[in-house]
Amino acid sequence: MAREMSGAEIVIQALIDQGVEDIFGYPGGAVLPIYDALYQQSKLEHVLVRHEQGAVHAAEGYARSTGKVGVVLVTSGPGATNAVTGLTDALMDSIPVVCLTGQVATHLIGNDAFQECDTVGITRPCTKHNYLVKDVNDLGRVLHEAFYVASNGRPGPVVVDIPKDVQFALGAYQGKTNARHKTYQPRVKGDQQAIRTAVEALAGAKKPIIYSGGGIINSGPQASRLLRSFSDITGYPVTSTLMGLGAFPAADDKWLGMLGMHGTYEANMAMHDCDVMLCIGARFDDRITGRLDAFSPNSTKIHVDIDASSINKNVHVDIPIIGDCAHVLEDMVRVWKARSAQPDKEALSAWWSQIEEWRGRDCLKFAQGDDVIMPQHAIQRLYELTKDRDTYITTEVGQHQMWAAQFYRFEEPNRWMTSGGLGTMGYGLPAAIGVQRAHPDALVIDIAGEASILMNMQEMSTAIQHQLPVKIFILNNQYMGMVRQWQELLHGNRLSHSYTDSLPDFVKLAEAYGGVGIRAEKPDELDDAIKQMIDCDKPVLFDCRVHKLANCFPMIPSGNAHNDMLVGDETEVQQVSDEGKILV
Amino acid sequence: MKPPQVVESHTISIIVDNEPGVLARVIGLFSGRGYNIDSLTVTETEHEAHLSRITIVTAGTPMVIEQIKAQLERLVPVHEVVDLTVRGASLERELALIKVQGKGEKRVETLRLAEAFRARVVDATTESFVFEITGRSQKIDQFVVLMQPLGLAEVARTGIAAISRGADESLPID
Repeated sequence: MAREMSGAEIVIQALIDQGVEDIFGYPGGAVLPIYDALYQQSKLEHVLVRHEQGAVHAAEGYARSTGKVGVVLVTSGPGATNAVTGLTDALMDSIPVVCLTGQVATHLIGNDAFQECDTVGITRPCTKHNYLVKDVNDLGRVLHEAFYVASNGRPGPVVVDIPKDVQFALGAYQGKTNARHKTYQPRVKGDQQAIRTAVEALAGAKKPIIYSGGGIINSGPQASRLLRSFSDITGYPVTSTLMGLGAFPAADDKWLGMLGMHGTYEANMAMHDCDVMLCIGARFDDRITGRLDAFSPNSTKIHVDIDASSINKNVHVDIPIIGDCAHVLEDMVRVWKARSAQPDKEALSAWWSQIEEWRGRDCLKFAQGDDVIMPQHAIQRLYELTKDRDTYITTEVGQHQMWAAQFYRFEEPNRWMTSGGLGTMGYGLPAAIGVQRAHPDALVIDIAGEASILMNMQEMSTAIQHQLPVKIFILNNQYMGMVRQWQELLHGNRLSHSYTDSLPDFVKLAEAYGGVGIRAEKPDELDDAIKQMIDCDKPVLFDCRVHKLANCFPMIPSGNAHNDMLVGDETEVQQVSDEGKILV
Repeated sequence: MKPPQVVESHTISIIVDNEPGVLARVIGLFSGRGYNIDSLTVTETEHEAHLSRITIVTAGTPMVIEQIKAQLERLVPVHEVVDLTVRGASLERELALIKVQGKGEKRVETLRLAEAFRARVVDATTESFVFEITGRSQKIDQFVVLMQPLGLAEVARTGIAAISRGADESLPID
């Protein structure tokens, strides 16, 4: 059964056997044999990025929008170290990525050879797992194991470091096997007793809330469908983390909007006041909880997570359920339908009236005048003009990201790609490239800020080369907006280095790359300009000049509780406590 | 509503694949997440099965201890994590080599105490002894304290090796 081939050929064959079609990479000395093998075949396609960080983000976008594992191929030394930010990003957001790194020949390891670095040492804390393959006969098995580890349980990035001599060496390739992994066997089915207890608690709730997260997306489309049916049969309200947007449709009247630091007033108030909380596929991140000791003080908390280490990490929960979201939701729907007790209709209707009252606060309102484009308005128009198309949205990190999360409405999972945990500026453009590669006919838009986009601007060249017509919609306010907002609120409006002087002319920059540049400066130009962008079949840099000093509200300032949030119409900004200031 | 946050000492036994980097993964987890290591022992225990046992004594609140175990369990080369402190009756032993310098009366006193502690003389000169002592860590601590005024020169300790009592195996060997 085993076939003899070179290490480089084993790499190609293993990728093909895993169903890989596209890889994102950048060649270099220590991966030349693999690139040579790549050249001599036609099943795998390669997208040449301009920086290895971009390769990992592109693979993340590809993975997040398809549910498949994203694949990266980079060289040793700087190739590997440049990939570290992307790997950390994928670890924080649980994105399945397999990153193959070249390494100097085994006899040179540890000698400070040219372009050598301790890749497994450097990437150990920023991957789910990593391997250094020293024997070509282990290579096939390790590669298949890497895909298994990346995509099973809580997904994450896996690095396989392959020395150059191993790529040349001849060895036996066994092919893909379905052998059980000897140690890593994540539990997918939830404990039935715990599920029954959870459903009982939910059925007895007077003020319930479902708080869902990115785990629903990772679990697959079935989990989103089950979340919807669970909300439908219970009639319970749903909020979601940044990573979970799209799992529950924004058009549903049970949708409260995103929760957390820049979440809606109604979602955060409901989280604070609820009596039973179902947290599913989310991890009580500090952006979500605000002040921990005041987080949802009177609720029974149910936590469903495939990763046992997420349970009781930040918040003590009453009913933990370890398992995959789809499996657990399926059981919960079944148990709910089979149980006899009916929920307290009167209490629920009172709860919904309370939620309506909070909704009445209209926490996302803003005033759009004739003169200057408000950033919120720009996203709203973008949404209105693209909602009926096959659209995927990526973002960079900052104010524009939060406005996108607040004002772009997602109806389906896998349509929203953003850097949530690590908060990586420069994520959006390469991620959009990965998404476009997976969905060539879709409209892929990177909602960006002018500061973030410059962090991986070079990937415009990748988009042009591979004819990936991504649209980069820049909310340009000349500030690192979120930094400026924090400086205004926490540091006496001393705007230390948050203003970018000498920005490029984005229209000319687009043209320099061979793309198309569009600028909108006035509200009345906006719609036509957006339509022009949508109709363009090339990559577009859209320079949307927006209000320079707009702040992103609502906001739970660091150190505050959910029911203690700033809403945009408040003119007076309260003092942030010293305790809050030290929090990020 | 919060569980009591008392810092407890736990002895955790981790059965891992004996492969390069596995210790770094475990130690990196502790340092990266800010957990304590009070004692660490690691060596291959089953050569044929390529298994090693890492014994760590750590301290933390119950919530932290629970986190440590969950974090260890999700490392790919980890076969099993056993909290020997929670399991109750477990055996813990440590070995120490202790060098004491001295002449005259102090040597007599040193030997007398060593006998009381069942420390064995494994090396002797006219000006020094090296003792080998085995037991629970507290016993060794106590012996070290007693040797201080008598000319304690050097201490080498193995760290704790621990195992559960009774017939149960933490990891059944196939």
